[in-house]
Amino acid sequence: MSITGHLAELARHRALLWALVGRELKGRYRGSLFGFLWTFLNPLMLLGVYALVFSVYFRIDMEHYAVFMFTGLLPWVFFSSSINEGAGAITEGGSLVTKVMFPLQVLPAVKVMANFVNYLLSLPILFAFFLADGVAFTWCIIAFVAVAAVHILFTYSLVLLLSAANVFLRDTKHVVGNLLTLWFFLTPILYPLTQIPEGFRFLVQFNPAAVITLAYHDLFFWGRWPAWGPLAGVAGLSLVLLVVAVVVFEHYKEYFAEKI
Amino acid sequence: MSTATAIEIAGLVKRFRREMLRRDYTTWKSLLLRPFKRRTDADYLTVLDGVDLSIEPGRTIAIIGQNGSGKSTLLKILAGIYKADQGTVTVKGRVSSLIELGAGFHPEFSGRENIYLNGTILGLSKKEIAARFDEIVAYSGLGDFIEAPVRTYSSGMYVRLGFAVAVNVDPDVLLVDEVLAVGDEAFAHKCETKLNQFKAAGKTIVLVSHDLISVKKFADEVVWLDGGKVAARGEAAQVIDIYRQGVARREDETGRAQAEARVAELAAARRWGQGEVEITGVRLLDEAGQAHAVFTSGGPMNLEMDYLMRQPVDDLVFGVALNNSAGVLCYGSNTAIDQAELGQAPPKGTVRFAVQRLDLVPGTYTVDVATHAGDGRAYDYLTQVASLSVRGGPRDEGIWRPPHTWSLTARGDKA
Repeated sequence: MSITGHLAELARHRALLWALVGRELKGRYRGSLFGFLWTFLNPLMLLGVYALVFSVYFRIDMEHYAVFMFTGLLPWVFFSSSINEGAGAITEGGSLVTKVMFPLQVLPAVKVMANFVNYLLSLPILFAFFLADGVAFTWCIIAFVAVAAVHILFTYSLVLLLSAANVFLRDTKHVVGNLLTLWFFLTPILYPLTQIPEGFRFLVQFNPAAVITLAYHDLFFWGRWPAWGPLAGVAGLSLVLLVVAVVVFEHYKEYFAEKI
Repeated sequence: MSTATAIEIAGLVKRFRREMLRRDYTTWKSLLLRPFKRRTDADYLTVLDGVDLSIEPGRTIAIIGQNGSGKSTLLKILAGIYKADQGTVTVKGRVSSLIELGAGFHPEFSGRENIYLNGTILGLSKKEIAARFDEIVAYSGLGDFIEAPVRTYSSGMYVRLGFAVAVNVDPDVLLVDEVLAVGDEAFAHKCETKLNQFKAAGKTIVLVSHDLISVKKFADEVVWLDGGKVAARGEAAQVIDIYRQGVARREDETGRAQAEARVAELAAARRWGQGEVEITGVRLLDEAGQAHAVFTSGGPMNLEMDYLMRQPVDDLVFGVALNNSAGVLCYGSNTAIDQAELGQAPPKGTVRFAVQRLDLVPGTYTVDVATHAGDGRAYDYLTQVASLSVRGGPRDEGIWRPPHTWSLTARGDKA
């Protein structure tokens, strides 16, 4: 199936996609005491942990450090959770894969969109932090739409490829889980770009996650327009990745049911 | 392809990789160690081996066959879940499969939420589900439970809800896999009514079942799938009959193979005695001397045992006993009880126990054989040395069927 066919099928089943995203989000905390509040409690607690470690123990000397770190951490949580959960989206799809006729690309897409909605829901907390810490927003915040679109495209392409690979190579999920930790520390989330020795700083532009993180920093924290060039580069890379992922996924998807 | 078919299957072949059946997945490690391992034919199991089948619209077709004959695989290919390795499969119209009921149900969600979720998965729009919602709830018979989380449902309730959604999809082609077997009697009755409604509405139904009685009731036509091939196709009663004979024949073959294997293991457990006269072989034969493991109720059966005298004995008695599967002794006798005149036994020979009428009710029975002395001391006693199935006859119950008749006499006051 062509790339457009793949995406058109996804668009045609958007009602199904949103129904499953709803299931994912509502089901996640159903039955727990705080229920949907966990959507907000989880990032807050994560922030608390990192804020404690990096502003008290390892002191990073920076004004408004907690807000800065939170700006980059939230999109990373969206990205890494999508990859972690999405890699197993097909293998853990159960009867949806093996027992019913189903547009399978919906499963990885659900993981990405569920985590993205979660990210959107945590933004008000971020805004509250900005207000409390006296950091002002600028109009550049509207660039969020473009940055997020690139971010979703990149994440979905990667998740699509990994979810198909994991059907045939079950180690994929575990390898990816560990690589994500490395990737996290290589990306300037917990530290500003200036912490990287000047000679190595250029390497950052080869890290798509770093380009995206810097863009979020720009539009939220620094109140300026993101660097469009590198961002366009990531968008181009994501498109290439999407083509590869769709070709692989569509080629092998007919064998998913029997290999699970 | 003719336009008058709802389903057209031509030369369908489906293989599974044995590794996958064993759940021995490729891992990065195995890929690194043996990157170019060639796959041979032995790595594949052919489940469907050249199936041709065309089904006209509005027909109800039942697929029968033993476990592993490829029935469910065929259904999954029709549902578009598996891909054919060779051949073509064309299905016209909207397909709904009752292969998995309640696909995508979330245990923490209420029945109401799950109806919407499951309906969306099965291809209904939100509007369509809303329009059918009351009907689905009524049909599931869940009542107030519809607001409770699905995890609190009994398995019967779960299936009922899944079935209620699935049959409301309004398909052109309905694929049914053994769902009639679940649920209580009231539910089974509902399923039946629903299937009949589908039939009356001119839908094409393909059903896979082991329940030959319901197959006979619903199907216009029956297809017997055997070893991945269509072994027979035609009118229900006829094909079921051929199928039953085929199964009995196969059971007989395996039973005989086991009996032969048993004789080789005669020295094993469940045996006692001093061994002065050893039993070296046991066979169950028909009147023509052919070995069998399946016999007809009311028909003849012969049992032969070979013996070998290790020491000369002068009071030799041969015994036979038949037990049913519950371990109840159905019949036991020996040459002394029967006062059989066999004469002086040679050192080596074969004793035949010939039954003219095996008047046991259908079931599975085991055979004990023995040689012993006149005082009952065992020379060689073997329990459960062979087993046999008794088939056929009316569906009466108990252990044995005495030859009998019924009659009725009027008993008037002035007679």
